[in-house]
Amino acid sequence: MKPPIFDYIAATSVDMAIAALAEAGGEAKILAGGQSLVPMLNFRLLRPSILVDINRIAGLSSIEETADSIRIGALTRHYQLETSPVIARHLPVLSCAMTHVAHLAIRNRGTIGGSLSHADPAAELPMVALLLDATLHIMSAFGQRSVAARDFFLDAMTVDLADTDIVTAIVLPKLPPRTGWGFEEVARRHGDFALAAVAAVLTVSDGAIAQARIAVTGVGPTALRVGEAEALLGGHPLEQNLIDQAIATVRAAIAPETDLHASSDYRRHLAGVLTGRALTAAWRRALGCAA
Amino acid sequence: MNRTRDIAVTVNGTVCEAAVEPRLLLADFLRHTLGLTGTHVGCEHGVCGACTVLVDGDSARACLMFAVQADGCGIETVESLGRIGQLNALQESFHDHHALQCGFCTPGMLMTATDLLRKYPLATDDDIRQGLSGNLCRCTGYEHIVKAIRALVGKAGAAK
Repeated sequence: MKPPIFDYIAATSVDMAIAALAEAGGEAKILAGGQSLVPMLNFRLLRPSILVDINRIAGLSSIEETADSIRIGALTRHYQLETSPVIARHLPVLSCAMTHVAHLAIRNRGTIGGSLSHADPAAELPMVALLLDATLHIMSAFGQRSVAARDFFLDAMTVDLADTDIVTAIVLPKLPPRTGWGFEEVARRHGDFALAAVAAVLTVSDGAIAQARIAVTGVGPTALRVGEAEALLGGHPLEQNLIDQAIATVRAAIAPETDLHASSDYRRHLAGVLTGRALTAAWRRALGCAA
Repeated sequence: MNRTRDIAVTVNGTVCEAAVEPRLLLADFLRHTLGLTGTHVGCEHGVCGACTVLVDGDSARACLMFAVQADGCGIETVESLGRIGQLNALQESFHDHHALQCGFCTPGMLMTATDLLRKYPLATDDDIRQGLSGNLCRCTGYEHIVKAIRALVGKAGAAK
């Protein structure tokens, strides 16, 4: 239960970090909040030859508002997101999601860049990144690129990142006017990984849904958007038969695993129930009602 | 490869200098290098909360940080809260409410509660339970811990 031997670099700039990653030729790991990496080291599931600590890089943990988006530095801690007035005003579904992420001592350290890069199949942040059509900004010694969240998550704990890449920022478009949100999660214990969670965003125009977004997590190898359910909601007011159709569509779109904590059938059942609740809350908020 | 690094960490107000291997966990640095055995080590993978300390005022798992990362930081452990005969308000409340049985989880509970009381209104017992959900008490004495924290909510200086 002690980590294996590794060398250690405390990077003080992104340039220093990406140079160290390139020099290590795939043998390095980035140490951000460490809340997933250090347990894996303690269990010796990972044996990187070098850790590149990015915690001392200034300017990587800001939350900046632009005209049409929110730019979040990759080193922004979960607690910062949870309590940011900018996030609460423009992306309240993210504020709500953060209260479900682990425990305060974990949220004080864990980072958004780390959570998205780690991509646990039951984590909240990958689901919210998909829901809000996030773009990830990635740098390496060989250049920089941007990847849409929906192209980033490839499989369980597998993302579109090379060993030499570092996520530097996450950009989330602001939500349009008359948009409501819902977030629903069931876990065995508050702060545990989700048995299932669903987040929904509905934009309403002339009493009908103009745009629907539904994302789920905990019910497959990656979080995912359920495009078929989104499509059937467009153009209609949210009524019970439509909710029932969306629930059936979500249940048909997922193939959850059975594990120690819940059976596949139970997770599928939950995903449907939570979809109904999240859509109802989003609809009420979009109409200006309390959810 | 495993060459040591010189660090200077302010622990409970005292600057401590040491040469540490990068892989030395902060929890082991506190316990073995400094002899501050109040910080308990349970699971060593961030699940039980027994090793919770404050890093620059924020609660953190000392088993999920390396000592080398604490270079230049201020660490507060359970030893900073009070001493025998001079317990702080939170410790007094734990004492008054019988909020410990075997005591193994208590240092982590106290440091977590200190951060919770500073950061959250804790308006309901559910809020306190959610705040404590990352700390395991294997005696399952949670009710009394919740009561001990409840007694301090809203009291000035409760978690100083």
